[in-house]
Amino acid sequence: MADGASRPIRAALWPALVLIALLALAPALSIWLDDPFTVKIATRIVIFAIGAVALDLTLGYAGLVSLCQAAFFGVGGYVVGILAWHQANSEAVLAGWMGSSELALTLPLAFLVAGLFAAAVGAVSLRTGGPYFIMITLAFNQMLYYGAVALQKYGGDDGLQIINPLTLFGYDISNRYKFFYLALTMLLATVLLIDRLARSRFGVVLRAAAVNETRAIAVGVAPWPYRLVAFAITGALAGLAGALLAASQQFISPADMAWDRSGDFVVMTALGGVATVWGPIIGAAAFIFTELSLSSYMQHWQLPFGLIILAIVLLLRGGLAQLVDLARGAKKGGEAVHD
Amino acid sequence: MTDVLEVRNLYKRYGGLVATNGVNLSVRPGEMHAIIGPNGAGKTTLISQLQGMVRPDAGEIFIDGVNVTATPAHQRAGLGVARSFQIASLIPDFSVLDHAAFAVQAQLGHSFRFWRRADREEILLAPAREAVEAAGLGARMHSPARDLSHGERRQLELAIALAQRPKILLLDEPMAGMGKQDGQRMTQRLADLKGRYSMLLIEHDMAAVFSLADRLSVLVSGAIIKTGTADEIRNDPQVRAAYLGHG
Repeated sequence: MADGASRPIRAALWPALVLIALLALAPALSIWLDDPFTVKIATRIVIFAIGAVALDLTLGYAGLVSLCQAAFFGVGGYVVGILAWHQANSEAVLAGWMGSSELALTLPLAFLVAGLFAAAVGAVSLRTGGPYFIMITLAFNQMLYYGAVALQKYGGDDGLQIINPLTLFGYDISNRYKFFYLALTMLLATVLLIDRLARSRFGVVLRAAAVNETRAIAVGVAPWPYRLVAFAITGALAGLAGALLAASQQFISPADMAWDRSGDFVVMTALGGVATVWGPIIGAAAFIFTELSLSSYMQHWQLPFGLIILAIVLLLRGGLAQLVDLARGAKKGGEAVHD
Repeated sequence: MTDVLEVRNLYKRYGGLVATNGVNLSVRPGEMHAIIGPNGAGKTTLISQLQGMVRPDAGEIFIDGVNVTATPAHQRAGLGVARSFQIASLIPDFSVLDHAAFAVQAQLGHSFRFWRRADREEILLAPAREAVEAAGLGARMHSPARDLSHGERRQLELAIALAQRPKILLLDEPMAGMGKQDGQRMTQRLADLKGRYSMLLIEHDMAAVFSLADRLSVLVSGAIIKTGTADEIRNDPQVRAAYLGHG
């Protein structure tokens, strides 16, 4: 038997690639339906999928429930927004630099700044564990949220409008189809990165320590530094997703950083299936579709939505990804009869 | 030659209970040293202090002449201390080979390696397979831990400890809860490992202990009342009164 020959589908990469390929058809569908709204929804799904796949490194693989994902998401959004604001207003950010609306520069910056914020938050939060970790990440989320509210210069509570057109390598990308493919490329990169990380020695430590910290320590690995790096990577990618959201809607506001948005990310990841790279993509899509369709029927759409999530979590312990396992399991059982 | 493990005057107290009461102990290179004692004598607490999960109140612990009394558990593992747990401490999703490979990985320095697939790194897998074979689990190489029987889980505990390439093996009741056949097989396996590793063995199975150990120490109420060869222990009136008489 070859190593890894019987790798379960949950750990496989290809379902994520299939989902991304399907998403890539969204602009065609949008044109065919003559409905520009379709590609807008698809862009939103892709952006939130980046945040959810990234969160899975911390939540699914490292087993740490963080309620700070929206804050890092917002930090990334504000990096893009603030730098564009400075350029539009010809006011120096620092040392005579007038800001930028060039995404080839501001997206990596958003990634970096959010990653640094996450490293700082993680360094403190990871000193705790279990429910305390959840509470302290929630507290940091609220701190950063009110930090954004306090940015009076950049719109405060009302949020920050991006008035100048954003570019990528000098090309205008306000075209929603072009922008969609930019976001989809970032999702693909995120999926490939998280998949590699999860299978590397680094990922082995995260996965082992998530389930049995005593064992990890007994063989000689203290999980703390690995968890910190995972938390920072998760935050950095959230920042990238937030930057894309800000760019796609030409707007970012503290509402995008609210703590319930952090809860949404946890729901997306758990709904789709933790510790898979493709579950969170399904989770993000299901979340945004359900939010959209239920909210058009009723104002209090969260109530039936909550019931749906409850049902999924209770019936499918592994999230929506488990449906595939179940289908395959049934098939396998059928084959076994013939053996 | 320095002792691989040396314990001087170790004390540990939990409230009114003295779990470790002035223990002195040594394990020579290549020796199998067994600790026997009635339930509640403080055997597992002693092992936990040697591994570093529990801090002693007083006393000193040396590994290969290095004072490790204040060294945290994960660093002691790096210095060559491996422990098999009395209650198997495993990762249900990980295969047998994954467990051993993780132990090998932990010995190879830091794990900030982000790109190569760990399950294809021969540098991890080759020593891991060897350890699994040595523990007699070769046939279950790719089974997830959750599918293993009780006896196989005990074997996996041993495989993980061996994969650490330890200077000293701390074996906490490796035969506990095993059936007669499994127990005999484990005894044979430990006999095969004898001389290649320095071992500190805690075990209830008296027949196994007396056949395996070079030296034995009898732990009663946290204190060692006698250390000696199997014959010396068997014939010691104090030991008979305190312990063997009840067995």
